[in-house]
Amino acid sequence: MLTALDKKLLQETAGLEEDPPGAYNIRKDGEGIQRHSLPGIEIVPKKDKPGIDIIVEKDRTGTVHIPVILTQSDLSDLVYNTIEIGPGADIELVAGCGIHNPGHGEARHDGVHEIFVREGARLRYTEKHYGEGEGKGKRILNPKTVLVVEPGGYAEMELVQIRGVDDTVRETEARIEAGGHLVIYERMLTHGEQTARSDVVVNLLGEGSAARIVSRSVGQGNSRQVFQPRLVAYGPGRGHVECDSIIMDKAVIRSIPEIWAESAEAELVHEAAIGKIAGEQMMKLMALGLTEGEAEEAIIKGFLK
Amino acid sequence: MLNLIHVGLELDTEEGKIRILEDINLELGKGKMYAVTGPNGSGKSSVARVIMGIALPTSGNILFNDKDITDLGITERAKLGIGYAFQHPPRFKGMRVVDMLEIAMRTGEMADCQCLRNIGLCPDDYLERALDASLSGGEIKRIEIATLLAQNPKVRIFDEPEAGIDLWSFEQLIDVVGSTHREDNVTVVISHQEKILNMVDEIILVENGMISMKGDQETIWPQIKESAECECRNSCTREGEIYADCPR
Ligand SMILES: Nc1ncnc2c1ncn2[C@@H]1O[C@H](COP(=O)(O)OP(=O)(O)OP(=O)(O)O)[C@@H](O)[C@H]1O
Ligand SMILES: [Mg+2]
Repeated sequence: MLTALDKKLLQETAGLEEDPPGAYNIRKDGEGIQRHSLPGIEIVPKKDKPGIDIIVEKDRTGTVHIPVILTQSDLSDLVYNTIEIGPGADIELVAGCGIHNPGHGEARHDGVHEIFVREGARLRYTEKHYGEGEGKGKRILNPKTVLVVEPGGYAEMELVQIRGVDDTVRETEARIEAGGHLVIYERMLTHGEQTARSDVVVNLLGEGSAARIVSRSVGQGNSRQVFQPRLVAYGPGRGHVECDSIIMDKAVIRSIPEIWAESAEAELVHEAAIGKIAGEQMMKLMALGLTEGEAEEAIIKGFLK
Repeated sequence: MLNLIHVGLELDTEEGKIRILEDINLELGKGKMYAVTGPNGSGKSSVARVIMGIALPTSGNILFNDKDITDLGITERAKLGIGYAFQHPPRFKGMRVVDMLEIAMRTGEMADCQCLRNIGLCPDDYLERALDASLSGGEIKRIEIATLLAQNPKVRIFDEPEAGIDLWSFEQLIDVVGSTHREDNVTVVISHQEKILNMVDEIILVENGMISMKGDQETIWPQIKESAECECRNSCTREGEIYADCPR
C-alpha cells in the first residue's frame, strides 16, 4: 500500500497521481514494492544485485515510470538499473528520486543507470530529484548514468533538481554512434548550504553524431555548484554546450565546459555565462506591479523552465 | 494628475557628479496626451524613469493625484497606476510573451486580450514565443507596447514606441495609442515623429536636461523644426575653431 507521503513523493518526482500509465516499477526504501510489465516492455529484478532490467522490444512505443522514494532516515540505497530500448522503439521513461528524510541521519540514494538506445530508437528520459523532511538529516543523491546511442538513435534527457537535495554528484557518460543524437537539458537550483556537482562526458563517435547540452542553474544562499560538461568528438560530429547560471546571495558557481576534437571534421562550440539577474529585468517586472521578490521569482521560474 | 516640481537628477559617476535633469516642472492633466521630444541624450527617457521610480530624483517632488510619491518605489507607483513602456525593453531567457502579458494583466483572461492584435501581432504566432534574443528588434518593441496596453495603467508612458516599427505598423500604432486613450488617462509619448507630435494636446521639448519649450503643436512645431534644422548642433567644436553661426 502507498501512504499519503509516498503519493506526494511520487507526484513530485514522477508527476504520478494514480497508478502510472504504461509499465512501471516503484522502489521504496531500498525495495521494489510495485511492478508492472507490459507485452514488449519487460521489467525484471536483477538476480545478482539490487535493481531492475527494463527490456523494450523492437518498434515498441510506450511509457515507463521507475520512481524511487526514500521515506526513512539513516538509509543508504544503492541500485543498478539496465535499460534496453530495442531498435526502432519509441519510449518515454520517467525516472527520479524523492526523499523525505524525517530524522537527523542521512538519507541517500545512489542510482547507477545503464541505458542502451538501439539503432533508430528514440528515448525521452526525465529524471527529477526532490527532497523534503523536517529533520536535520541530509538528503543525498548521486546518480550515475552511462548511455549508449547506437546509429540513428535519439535520446533526450531532462535532469531536474530544484531545491530540496543537500548534496548531489551527478555523473553522466554517453557514447554517440554514427547518426545518433543526444540532447541533455539540465536544470538546477540550490540554496542554503547545498552543494551540487555535475560531470558530463559525451563521446561523439561516428559520422553525423551530434550532441547538445543545455545547462541552466540558479545558485542561492551559501550553496555551491560545479558544472563540468565535456564534449569529445572523434570524427565528424557536431556538439554544442551551453551553461548559463544566475548567481545570487553568497553562492559559488563554477562552470567548466570543455570541448575536445580529435578530428578536423568535428564542429564543437561551447558557451558559458554566470551573472546576476539583470537590473533592467527587475525594473521591467516591478513597473508591472510585481514586488522585488515576485519579480525575482518570475525571472528564475522562467529561466529554469 | 501628475506633477513634477523642480525635479532634478544627478548621477554619481567615476568622474564625479553629472547632471542629467535640472529643474523640471510639468503638470500633466487627466485626459490629456503629451509628446516629449528633443535631441538624443537630452534627458527624455530620464524624465520617464523618474516618473516610474526607476531613477529617484535628487531634488524636487513628484505628485500623483496630489499625493507625494517622490520616495515611492517602482512597484508602489505601478500599483498606483503608473506604467512605462521601455525604450529598450530587456529580454528574458525562458520567459514567454504570454507570461509577460499575464503579469501585466494580473487579473482577466488572456483570451480577451486584444493587445497583441492591436499592434499587429497574431497571438497564435507570438504568445508562446520566448522573450529572448530570438525576437527581432521590432517584435520586442511591439510586445513591450502590447504589455503596457495589457497593463492599462492610468499614466501611460511610451518611450519611442515607433523605433524599429515598420511603416505598415506605424499607422496602426498611432491609431491604437490614440484609441486606447481614455478620459481618465494621461498618455505621454516620447517621440521624434511628426505624426505623433501632431496627435497630442501638448508638446514638451527637452534639451540639455531641461524643458526648453512646451505648448500645442501649432506654436511649438515650427520652432522645433527651425531648431532641428540649425546646423550648429551637428558640428563639433574643434580646438580653437568654433562653429557658432546658429541663429538662436
Ligand atoms: N549611467 C549613466 N552614466 C552617465 N551618463 C548617463 C547615465 N545614464 C544616462 N546618462 C546620460 O544622461 C543623458 C540623458 O539620457 P536619456 O536616456 O534620458 O536621453 P534621451 O533624451 O532619452 O535620449 P535618446 O533620444 O537617445 O533616447 C544622456 O546624455 C546620457 O548619456
Ligand atoms: Mg531615450
